[in-house]
Amino acid sequence: MREELNLHGNHALLTRANPLSKFAAVFLITAVLALSIDWVSASVALAFEFLLFPLAGLTLTLLWQRGWPLILAAAVGGWSTSILAADSGKTLIDVGIWTMSEGSLELGVGFMLRGLAIALPAVLLMSCTDPTDLADALAQKARLPHRFVLGTLAAMRLVGLMAEEWQTIGMARRARGVGSRGSALQRVKATLGQSFGLLVQAIRRASRLAVTMEARGFGGGRRTWARESTYSGLDVWVLGGGLLMAGAAFAAAVWAGTWNMVWLGS
Amino acid sequence: MTAPSLHGASVAARPAAVTALGWGWRHAGRSKPAVRALDLDIRPGERVLLLGPSGAGKSTLLHALAGVLGDANDDDGAASDSDESGSLLIDGASPREQRGRAGLMQQDPETQVVLSRVGDDVAFGAENLAVPRADIWTRVHEALDDVGLSHLPLDHPTSALSGGQKQRLALAGILAMRPGLILLDEPTANLDPAGVVEVRDAVGRCLDKTGATLVVVEHRVSVWKDLVDRIVVLQPGSLTDPAVLLDGPPDQVLREARSMLVAAGVWVPGYVPATRLRAADPAPGTGDLLLAAEKLAVSRERARRKGFRKLAPVPVQQGISAQVRAGQALAITGPNGAGKSTFALTLAGLLQPVAGEVSATLALSRGAGVDPYRWKAEQLIERVGTVFQEPEHQFVTGNVLDELRFGPRHLGHGQERVDELLERLRLTGLVDANPYTLSGGEKRRLSVATVLAAHPQVLVLDEPTFGQDANTWAELASFLSELLDAGAAVVSVTHDAEFTAALGGTELRLAAAAVAP
Repeated sequence: MREELNLHGNHALLTRANPLSKFAAVFLITAVLALSIDWVSASVALAFEFLLFPLAGLTLTLLWQRGWPLILAAAVGGWSTSILAADSGKTLIDVGIWTMSEGSLELGVGFMLRGLAIALPAVLLMSCTDPTDLADALAQKARLPHRFVLGTLAAMRLVGLMAEEWQTIGMARRARGVGSRGSALQRVKATLGQSFGLLVQAIRRASRLAVTMEARGFGGGRRTWARESTYSGLDVWVLGGGLLMAGAAFAAAVWAGTWNMVWLGS
Repeated sequence: MTAPSLHGASVAARPAAVTALGWGWRHAGRSKPAVRALDLDIRPGERVLLLGPSGAGKSTLLHALAGVLGDANDDDGAASDSDESGSLLIDGASPREQRGRAGLMQQDPETQVVLSRVGDDVAFGAENLAVPRADIWTRVHEALDDVGLSHLPLDHPTSALSGGQKQRLALAGILAMRPGLILLDEPTANLDPAGVVEVRDAVGRCLDKTGATLVVVEHRVSVWKDLVDRIVVLQPGSLTDPAVLLDGPPDQVLREARSMLVAAGVWVPGYVPATRLRAADPAPGTGDLLLAAEKLAVSRERARRKGFRKLAPVPVQQGISAQVRAGQALAITGPNGAGKSTFALTLAGLLQPVAGEVSATLALSRGAGVDPYRWKAEQLIERVGTVFQEPEHQFVTGNVLDELRFGPRHLGHGQERVDELLERLRLTGLVDANPYTLSGGEKRRLSVATVLAAHPQVLVLDEPTFGQDANTWAELASFLSELLDAGAAVVSVTHDAEFTAALGGTELRLAAAAVAP
C-alpha cells in the first residue's frame, strides 16, 4: 500500500506532463462518456485508452492489479443492466423474472464499456502522476491554498503507516484476549475496538507530525517552492490528445447513430 | 572552523542565545504548570544536555523554544486556556516570532518525515522560510552531505529508510533551515544501538561545522556526555524550589549529583542498576519444553492477492529453530530488520508462519491443539502472553484497574492476582487513571501486568526496555527473574545486552536478513 503512493521508477512519457493538464484531458473524455450510454463512444474511447498504456508506463497486468475492483464493478454493472433493463427487440434469455433481450443486452454492454472507459483514465492518471507533483501543481498552478494541499500530502504518507498499525493493533489486542475470530457480533465488537485504537494512534501521530511541520516553519504566509510546477510542449499534446479522444468518441457515436443522451431517455 | 562556501547564501547561521527569566507554562486543561519559574541562560554555541525526572517540563521547554507551544493569547487576542508567565527569549525575541531560528527533532522517526522523497523532505523547511529556489537545492545537498546521506538519490522514497536514517534526514531538514539553535527531544529513544551512534555522530559533525547552540533531552547520559559541555538538571517546579536543580560541566554535575540522578532513574555513565539474581541459572536444555519452532520462515505480510493469483509473502527470515523451556529465558538478538519481532510474534501465535511450524507441547497446550496460531484468543492469553513494544497498542479499557481485570474477566478466573500485580508493579495509586495518560515507565509496567494477569506460562516481550529509565529497567528485570524462578518461560526481543545478562538463559542471534527483492 505504501509503495503504491509513488511511481516505482516509472519513467514513461506521461509522467513528465503536468498533472493539471492530465486532469483536464481526463475530464474531457469522461465528460463526453458521461453524456451518453452507448457502446460506440465507449469503445472508441476505450481503444484510445489502451493505446495510451505504454505512454503511461502501464501494462495489462499492472492494470488488473490496481484496477480490478473497478473492472469487476463495470462487468457486474453491465450484467445487471442487461438482465434488468426494459426489454426491447428479440428476447435472448428468459428465466422467469430475468429476461435479456437484444435491446437490454446492448444497453448492458454499453453500460459496461462506458464504466470501463470512465474508470480507466483514472487508473492511467494515477499510474503516471506522483502525488507530490500533483500537490505542487495544485498549489502553484491551480492556486489552491498551500496549507491545505501540503497538509493533505503529508497526511497521505501516514495512510500507509496506518495500514501497518492496524495489523499491529489487531495482534496486540489478540494478545489481550480480544478475539477477532468468534461470532459475527464478537467480530463487529472487536473491529470497533480496533478502530478506536487506530483512531487514537492516528490522532497522536498526526499531532506529532503537525508539530514537526510547524517547527519547520510551515503555516506562515509566503513560501517558495523547491520544485517548480511547469507547463511544457508535452502538455499541449496531452490536452490536444484529450480533446481528440473526446471528439472522436462523440463523432463516432453520432455517425453510427447510437448517440444517446442519458437524460433524453431511449 | 566553519568554511563559508562560495555561495553567499550558504554561510552558517549565527548561533543563538537562550534566556529564560522566571518563565512558566501551564498547558490548557491542566491545573499544575508544566514549568514554573525557570531561570536559565544559554550562551551562543553552548551544548546543553537537559536531564530530570519525567514531569520536570523538559519537552515543554523544547517545544516552547521551537515556537510550537501555541500562544497563551490566540491570534484574535482572546485568552486561550493555557498560561504563560515570565519570559523565554531566543536572541532577545520571542521564539514564535522567529520561525526557523530553532529546529526541533522529536522521538518518533515516522513523524519526523514530512514528504515522501528524500530531497523534498529536506527542502520543506527551507521552502517554508521562503528561501529562493536555487539556494534551496544548494542547502539540500549540503545538509544531506553533513548528515551522511548524500549517497541517496534525491527521489529516494523516505519510507524505505531505517529509523536512524529517518532521524538523520530530519536533522538534514533542520540544517537546511540554517537554524542557530538545534533542539533534540529524545532523538534516539526509538533507535537500536547502531542507529543511536549514527544519529549522535551526525549531530556532532553538524554542530562542529555550524557552531549552532544545542539543547538535547535524553535519559541515556553516556550517549551525549562527550558531545555536550554543560548539563542542566530540571525538577518539577514548586513554589519553593527553583526549576533548575543543578547546572554545570558534565563531569562536575555527574559527580555531585550521581546518587540523586541514579535515584531519579537517569542512566548515568558506568552505572548498571542492581537487579535480582536468579535463584539458580538452570543449565541450557533443562526445564519442560513448552514451545518449539522448527525451520520457521516468518513475515508480517499475509499472502497477497494480485488479481486472481495468491502470492506467498517474502519471508524476512527463514530456517529459525528454537526451543522455549519452563524456567528458561530466551533472548532474541540481531541487527534491525533481521525479523526478530516478526519471529517472536510468530512464536507467540499472533502471526502465521510462512513455512515451518510452531508447536506447543502438551505441557503448554493442555488440550488446545499444537498450533498456537489456531488457538482462540482466550486460549492463547492463558498460555502465551505477549507484551508489545508500544504499550498503547494493547490498552483496551478506560482505566488501569479495568485494564488489569480484563484478561481474568474473559477467562472467568484469576481476579485474585490483580491486587498482587498492582502492588508488585507499583500501580496501586493509579487504579483510576486512564492508561493513555500514564508516563512511559508506568505504561510499560501496566502492559506487563495486564498480560501477566491471565497467568500465561510463556511470556514474550518485544523490546521491553526501549526508552525506559533505569528504575523501570531494574524493576522489570528483577520481576522477570522472579517469574523465571517460578517456572515461567520468558522470550525477549532485545538490543539490550545488560538486560539479556540480567535474565541469563540462551541467546538466539538472527543474522541480517537477505535484502528483499
